Amino acid sequence: MLETALKGSKKYWLLVLVLFGLHGIGATAFLYQLTKGLTVTGMNRDVSWGIYIAQFTFLVGVAASAVMVVLPYYLHNVKEYAKVTILGEFLAVACVSMCLMFILVDLGKPMRMLNVILHPTVNSVLFWDMVVLNGYLFLNIVIGWIVLSAERKEVPPPKWIKPVIYVSIPWAVSIHTVTAFLYAGLPGRHFWLTAIMAARFLGSAFASGPALLILLCLLVRKVSNFDPGKKAIQTLSKTVLYAMIISIFFVLLELFTVFYSQIPGHMHAFVYQFVGLHGHSGLVPWTWAFAILAVIATLMLLCPPIRENEKTLAIACVLVFISLWIEKGVTLVITGFIPNPLETITEYVPTIPELAITVGVWATGFLVLTILYKIAVSVKEEIAS
Amino acid sequence: MERSRRRFLKILGISTLGLGTISSVDLMAMVGTGEPTYNPTPEGLVGKRWALVVDVNKLDEETTQKAIEACHRVHNVPDYDGHEEEIKWIWTDKYEHVFPGQEHAYLAEEIEEKPFLVLCNHCANPPCCRVCPTKATWQREDGIVMMDQHRCIGCRYCMAGCPFGARSFNWRDAKNTYWKENEPPNPTYPVRGKGVVEKCNLCTERLAVGQIPACVEAVKDTKAIVFGDLEDPNSEVRKLLHEHFTIRRKPELGTNPNVYYIV
Repeated sequence: MLETALKGSKKYWLLVLVLFGLHGIGATAFLYQLTKGLTVTGMNRDVSWGIYIAQFTFLVGVAASAVMVVLPYYLHNVKEYAKVTILGEFLAVACVSMCLMFILVDLGKPMRMLNVILHPTVNSVLFWDMVVLNGYLFLNIVIGWIVLSAERKEVPPPKWIKPVIYVSIPWAVSIHTVTAFLYAGLPGRHFWLTAIMAARFLGSAFASGPALLILLCLLVRKVSNFDPGKKAIQTLSKTVLYAMIISIFFVLLELFTVFYSQIPGHMHAFVYQFVGLHGHSGLVPWTWAFAILAVIATLMLLCPPIRENEKTLAIACVLVFISLWIEKGVTLVITGFIPNPLETITEYVPTIPELAITVGVWATGFLVLTILYKIAVSVKEEIAS
Repeated sequence: MERSRRRFLKILGISTLGLGTISSVDLMAMVGTGEPTYNPTPEGLVGKRWALVVDVNKLDEETTQKAIEACHRVHNVPDYDGHEEEIKWIWTDKYEHVFPGQEHAYLAEEIEEKPFLVLCNHCANPPCCRVCPTKATWQREDGIVMMDQHRCIGCRYCMAGCPFGARSFNWRDAKNTYWKENEPPNPTYPVRGKGVVEKCNLCTERLAVGQIPACVEAVKDTKAIVFGDLEDPNSEVRKLLHEHFTIRRKPELGTNPNVYYIV
């Protein structure tokens, strides 16, 4: 099937070229970071994880959300998802690839990364995150590829793939749960030390992922002869809506516990996020942008005429994606370090090389996505004709 | 594997420092003068649970600087003072930062302004060791939380895990930066590489040759920092803990710090 990625329109090749170019810029910046050390980033002794780990955290969610089409289709036989399942699985592949790349660029000694396997440490959540992420990547590549090949040959997929698909469903939940456990189990980081973290992660993931999937479906329909189906998009939009409501509800639960109990250590980080603390307010605009966009997007999705019109639905999905990207891809990770364990504040702003590497990884992920989607769409067009 | 590795490090420590740096006469002198004893053995100082007692009443600017300098000199800790990429093993901070939540508006001025020495607590239940994905940081049998800079992958999970801010990361290459300009480095401490985490090792390399930690040694006259074995009922640390009211940093987190403060 790979050969289908080699035949494409001028626009396809232009997109590949642009993404490859951005990948090149990121790779160059990464080489610079390798020579100089992580000093080229904006991270510091107090804020020791920055935008790389934040992107990783956000993208694990997008990857996990493939389960929102896989589960209804394979367990409940929701027919309208027949065409989008492959798009969900391939989106997961691209996202997990980005996750792994973001971890890699964040390491101080990336050449030693195999130490995680050479010295397996079962008490480390990071070890388990490595296990579940690689497992999920493998599962989605295998499932996507086998099912699509069978479809191309117009035969039913082999029987053994069914149990593999069933395994991938709880596995999707596991990747985001384990990622939340990276944060939720640390003593002394009050902002992260909350039992609702994994639930909150899953809630926001099931909004941001399907929102992106809707946008990708609309894009695929526009640029190819393959139509994932209006019904699939409409059903997905309801998933986005409910997940969005649950996400906002979870954030409000956090705010209640923190501000009604009034325990200073628990309030500090939230105060820093929403109004600033001790004259530091770097994340205030971001936090409000998240809150406002999330509310607007939810209200839009709640309104049937807006949700049913694909043009306005697309706008709502963009808002969902941006707001949750801010929440998990910017504020959630960084705020965990502010204030630091000695209750002083050091702020963090990413540097140009850091942003170049970040854009480079996103571009590489979208390059993988473009190629995989090109294959999937070509196969679908081939069958239809 | 772990055992032989540790043993190798120990032998390496002894051989690089040279057994000559401490003679049996020194040890005899220590025992003879009523100085605290640390059970010196051919394998150096051996304990079951090493601890420090910091007597804050005996700390002033000068004493704390002496302790910090001694530590940072012997470990070639690069001097990026005040920089946000700084590396520090032992440093001072104010009471309200060292014991957050314990401060109040009517705190004695003396306490408020006092330089509190802070360093790795060598917790009995260390979260840093729990989170490390490669066992690059681990706990020795004598309680010391160790850091293997040659196994560390630089993921900095331990920095997120430590509730005391005790860990530093080598953001840049420190190869040519020593603890102070124009001061020759200590040739026996290994060169640090960029991209790895480091922290106080309670001078294991000194313990291995029968010496007490550098910070303790530096302020020995004042007895502002006392080192000893918590499991030895006759140790000086046990005596101090018995005689004085002591506090530890963030005890509510259950990490069980082994650094005690007499306030």
